[in-house]
Amino acid sequence: MAVRPLRQFLLLYLILFCRFFYSNAALGSVTDEEEFSEELLLRPLPDRKVLAHFHFETRAPPTASNGRHHHLFPKAISQLVQKFRIKEMELSFTQGRWNYERWGGFDPVPSNNAKPPGVELWAVFDVPHYQVDASWKNLTHALSGLFCASINFLESSTSYSAPQWGFHSASGNLRYGTLPREAVCTENLTPWLKLLPCRDKAGISALMDRPSIYKGFYHSQRLHLTGKGFDSDGVDSGIVLQQTLTVVLQPNEKRTPVTSLETKFQPSWSLTSIFGRKVSGSCVLAKSSTVYLQLDRDLVAELKNLQKHNEIAVAENVNYEGLRSGYGFQLSVEPDKVLEEVNGSHGTSPSLLYVFSVEKHSESEPFDLGLTWKIPVAWSCQQAPLHASRFLMGSGNERGAIAISFESTRLSEWLLHSDAIDSCELPVKIFQVVPWYIKVYYHTLQVYVDEQQQAISDVVDKIHVSPSEDKVSPGMMEMILKFPCRMKSAVATLEFDKGFLHIDEYPPDANQGFDIPSAVISYPDFYSSTQFGDDKSLEALPILAKFQENNSVVSYTEVLLVPLTTPDFSMPYNVITITCTIFALYFGSLLNVLRRRVGEEERFLKSKDAKKGGPISQFLSKLSAKLTGRPLETPQSPTSTSSSFISSKLILKVVLVAGIAIVWHFYLE
Amino acid sequence: MAETEAPRPRQRPIVRLGIFLISHSFSFSVVCCTAGVLALLLLPILAKNTYISENALMPGSANPMLSNQDVLEANRFVKDLIALNSKPRGSGIESQRLIAQYMKDLGAEVNYHKFHPQITQFHPLQFFSSPDSGTVERNISCSFHGVNTVGITRAPRGDGKEAIVLVTPYNSQKIKQAEALSLGTAYSVFSLLSRVTWLAKDIIWLVSDSQHGEYAAVSAWLRDYHIPMFTRLHTVNAETCPDINYLYDVRDNSVTGRKIYDGFKRAGTMAAALVIKVVDRSETFDDNLNIYAEASNGQMPNLDLINIVNYLAVHRQGFRVKVEKLWSLLDSKWLKNLGELFESVGQVVSSINPQWKFGIPAADYTEGIATLASSLYNQALGVPTGPHGAFRDYQVDAITLELSPRASVDKIIRQNDFLLRGGRLIEGVILSVNNLLEKFHQSFFLYLLTSPGKFVSVGVYMIAFALLVAPLPMVAASLYADAINLNSSQNNEKTVADEPGTALRSLKWVNAAKKVFVVHLWGSVVSLLPYFICQIPNRSPTVSFIIWFLLSVLSFFIMFLILASPFSHAKESQLHLREWAILKSVTMSATFIGLCLMSVINFSTAELGGLLLVPMCLMAQPMRRDIRVGSLSTLSRLAYNLVFCLIGFPPVTFVLLKGAFEGFNSINVGDFWCWVESLWAWSSATYLYIEGILYLFGAERGSTITRNSRSEEAYLAICQLVLLILCVDSFRKVVHPHMVRTVRMLNHCIVLARSL
Repeated sequence: MAVRPLRQFLLLYLILFCRFFYSNAALGSVTDEEEFSEELLLRPLPDRKVLAHFHFETRAPPTASNGRHHHLFPKAISQLVQKFRIKEMELSFTQGRWNYERWGGFDPVPSNNAKPPGVELWAVFDVPHYQVDASWKNLTHALSGLFCASINFLESSTSYSAPQWGFHSASGNLRYGTLPREAVCTENLTPWLKLLPCRDKAGISALMDRPSIYKGFYHSQRLHLTGKGFDSDGVDSGIVLQQTLTVVLQPNEKRTPVTSLETKFQPSWSLTSIFGRKVSGSCVLAKSSTVYLQLDRDLVAELKNLQKHNEIAVAENVNYEGLRSGYGFQLSVEPDKVLEEVNGSHGTSPSLLYVFSVEKHSESEPFDLGLTWKIPVAWSCQQAPLHASRFLMGSGNERGAIAISFESTRLSEWLLHSDAIDSCELPVKIFQVVPWYIKVYYHTLQVYVDEQQQAISDVVDKIHVSPSEDKVSPGMMEMILKFPCRMKSAVATLEFDKGFLHIDEYPPDANQGFDIPSAVISYPDFYSSTQFGDDKSLEALPILAKFQENNSVVSYTEVLLVPLTTPDFSMPYNVITITCTIFALYFGSLLNVLRRRVGEEERFLKSKDAKKGGPISQFLSKLSAKLTGRPLETPQSPTSTSSSFISSKLILKVVLVAGIAIVWHFYLE
Repeated sequence: MAETEAPRPRQRPIVRLGIFLISHSFSFSVVCCTAGVLALLLLPILAKNTYISENALMPGSANPMLSNQDVLEANRFVKDLIALNSKPRGSGIESQRLIAQYMKDLGAEVNYHKFHPQITQFHPLQFFSSPDSGTVERNISCSFHGVNTVGITRAPRGDGKEAIVLVTPYNSQKIKQAEALSLGTAYSVFSLLSRVTWLAKDIIWLVSDSQHGEYAAVSAWLRDYHIPMFTRLHTVNAETCPDINYLYDVRDNSVTGRKIYDGFKRAGTMAAALVIKVVDRSETFDDNLNIYAEASNGQMPNLDLINIVNYLAVHRQGFRVKVEKLWSLLDSKWLKNLGELFESVGQVVSSINPQWKFGIPAADYTEGIATLASSLYNQALGVPTGPHGAFRDYQVDAITLELSPRASVDKIIRQNDFLLRGGRLIEGVILSVNNLLEKFHQSFFLYLLTSPGKFVSVGVYMIAFALLVAPLPMVAASLYADAINLNSSQNNEKTVADEPGTALRSLKWVNAAKKVFVVHLWGSVVSLLPYFICQIPNRSPTVSFIIWFLLSVLSFFIMFLILASPFSHAKESQLHLREWAILKSVTMSATFIGLCLMSVINFSTAELGGLLLVPMCLMAQPMRRDIRVGSLSTLSRLAYNLVFCLIGFPPVTFVLLKGAFEGFNSINVGDFWCWVESLWAWSSATYLYIEGILYLFGAERGSTITRNSRSEEAYLAICQLVLLILCVDSFRKVVHPHMVRTVRMLNHCIVLARSL
């Protein structure tokens, strides 16, 4: 009986102590406590799909304040940051393509989370210039071990590049590499989940049912790391780890025979129907645990538009349901808050954000958000100012061209002031890395705007090219193009020659072709920030803080597949054969020359010729002479040598051997 | 004589063998030629069964998912399409809009592709430039355009690097039941593919508007896919044509809000393409599937593509698969006899040793020969047998599947069944190609089909060709050696210390080669004549053919006047005979080199050319001498030569072939012009070849008229150099990629050798 009070006392003591410790720490600085928050953003997409964007953020205070130990922050990551002195790093694993046309390309979610297929890794190091490459190599190996992926292939200098200004503002210490062919699967997700304090056992991450999330149309898991910068004395000021998982899923719907589109409803969905699971409470270690439902600007506008047509019905709905339903749809859970976007310049209706806190839900009362459409509605997502796509031109194994085409989405006219439309310019930043065996001739850059060729000096604002070096480094091009805002379409083309690889440089699937990694297209004048409310308290929600960051709009182009010439891989065998033959011939003739004595040979031949002339051979030579219709005195004519070629002995031998062979084959077997 | 005093030391065996062959060149050439022809006839027996070489394809490993639901929807689509026929014509693109609407409902990305079929303009230098640069400025009337509809389903989890293309040609002006069915088949597959999750490659469905020809529409789309023009050139035309703009003005404002994109949509590198056609041939027994594979200049798609289609059609969907045959050969008596002969030989052989498999049933043999002949003919002609040919120009493997339903498809149940099976076949093929990790490279590219399940690989059929051309160098060498001997004996008789003459003796062939070269030059001039004839407005085929013919003859006489003068001093007939022998040997060497090069590029052209040229080369003799001698053998040889030259003359060959297959009553001289014109259009190597034979004949004619035997062998020379020209041309178009590869391989050899 005495044990229990003692234990209780100890526990109490411990708790008190901890409290004390923490409050002390908290007094010192706001960020001194390690924090974790989990969030999930859901957004219906126009093409009957649903975007689910998980956002987990873990913050660690500077190491000085709590030593090397962490409560929530994954130790592996903090060691990584310490060891390689990483200022900023982003690693993404992606499967599928982000459909910029249908799923939008302007707001922060696609701009930050639409990534090229495969693995993309970039990192900024806080080390002297000469150490950057070494740090990068070590980092790739460390990450490769951490995430069960072949990131270590980025180690070789042919696969990464050091962009100056085209990709990120940090110059000099930035390294960038992609592996377009890396397949992404659960083996990469599991180590990623391991970094979360609750893994996928509790909280929002419990929704990650593997079959459902890998069934989606787009799947991108990302890890963004910000070491807040090392001071001059080497003391860091905290690390922020953002882990996001962006999936695009298709809610199950009954397949109906295609009828007229007018009556087609958007599919209604709930968390259970798209993930097959529910959220039963938050992760207890999380500071906040929130689910958002975002409705696009265009969707809100469309709904309002429809609402105007049916005024009366709306009034009824609002009175009856309150926040739980807008016009045309209904939510299964009452939102805690509805936030409206604060938009300054653009004159459309603001985007709506329904905020649900998961904390109050528990095992007995799980959180299962559902959205039911009541009326058919169609809208489109907000596009980036230009729709960029990249393709290959030409055919054959010798040369080709890369073309990047831009189609205006009319956003620029709409965003920029219409009075200045004639003179305004739309800058577009292109960052393109090309492997060395694609030998790009940068001087062949041609730009066509509205189907007319432009002088390069008129269009190109700034360009930086580092040409490829065979088997050493890839080619890289950073370029800012300035297009007129009125432009409808533009194309930039670059010609290239296809190079040859050494036979052992070919990958096992050489006949598939070789990848040119995605180009990064960004629009420096357009920022993808979305601000919800002026309320300062909202900034505590990491995803909203993320939305507010003023990042320029970024999009990625397609990966290209270039068929290169491939050798016949059975060729080494042929080469060995040929080489051996040549050797044999060489040594044979050499020996022949060395040991032959011409005089002796002639004497030998003479004696042999003198002996020549058995009865059979004479008969045969007569016969052959008759057959060929030539006179018998052949010994004088050059044909004599040929008729004597068939010596009787030889024929006899051949016949004998053939006879034995036949007999043996048919009778002795 | 010096040789008689001491027996010459015996030479090495290889040299003796060579001397033996050269000295017996006549019997050797007879044996070789016969063996060559025999080996060609034996090919159906030597054919092997096809097998699927690429393991990744795994045809038929999954159950087809195409359901009756898809077929019902496809039926609705077919009905809607046919109903369009009865409606009044509006802007002319109702069918395209209907198809686009259906595609959009499936969630595909849709765009229209308007094109102007490229006018078949013969350009002399087109042969020597890459096919890409053939964009000529066009002034096109507005009415002369077509609109393709392109739908693209993106692979849900793919990276969009590769694509598979489905092509369904149809006539947008008048949609026939069969065409609607082919569209319906493709639609059922496309609707299935827009839902499945296993896709790794994007699917492009090209509904090509074949009102100006099936090939033109597909090739126009491919050209814009691979070699787009970014300048304003053709849009100016479009702006002046109201109805084209109308296409984009009337955008459907459906609830989805997605508009039809007016740019050009792309989807990565193409892995393979299938052209689907349905013909209403009302077969009596079974649903039929015809496979067409020949692309331009005898290029074939990878055999694996044909294999999977054949496998799925036969073993899964129960189609009767066929490859094109020369039907007329099926009934020929001598082939049947030959087949029976081979069959009996096979029986004898198998009675000796049951393990020896030789010989096939006579009926199979006849079919095999007919298929082989058609395959050889199509490859040799170099004209693609369908729209799939356009893909091969961009290194994409493609075939045409021509489905023909049993009986008529009026009954709805019958039609559903047909759609289901056709759809499942295509689904299976796409599933297999989708499995591919690498592009087609495992199986054969060089083969001849003797039946859908049997093929002759390059290693086998080259034997026949090698045997056929082997006499040429031998006879050339023996002629040369004879001429040299003759020369030396003459010199000895004269006992003149004609030192410079003996020194120049070894250079005799240079003189001959010069002559051959001049004749070839003339040949190339004549081959360029049609370009100028094309410039003449309002010409009928007959007229242009006659102009061409007259001009050729005229230019021949001009050349002859120039060429004949240096010979005038040669009076002595013996000397003349020697010169003639050297000329013939040079011509034969050139023929040999030309044929061998050609066989690397286009085997069938070389084989057929060899069959014509080799006997002609071997038998050619100065006519005057033959006539002078006047014996039976020489006269028969003369007659043979003349007949052979006549047959070898392309217009005559054409007429004979046409007459044999279609009857002689419908023949017109202009037909030949049309035929040649079509060959230009496909930039077929055969065109140059035919030109070559034409000059040959021209030369022969000239020689008969002037009774000057000296120029006789010039005719042999001509065709040879034209062959060379043709090689150069094809080299640029076909071989160059391979060449790069070869160079690379040599490089590897060197590297490896060094490392060894």
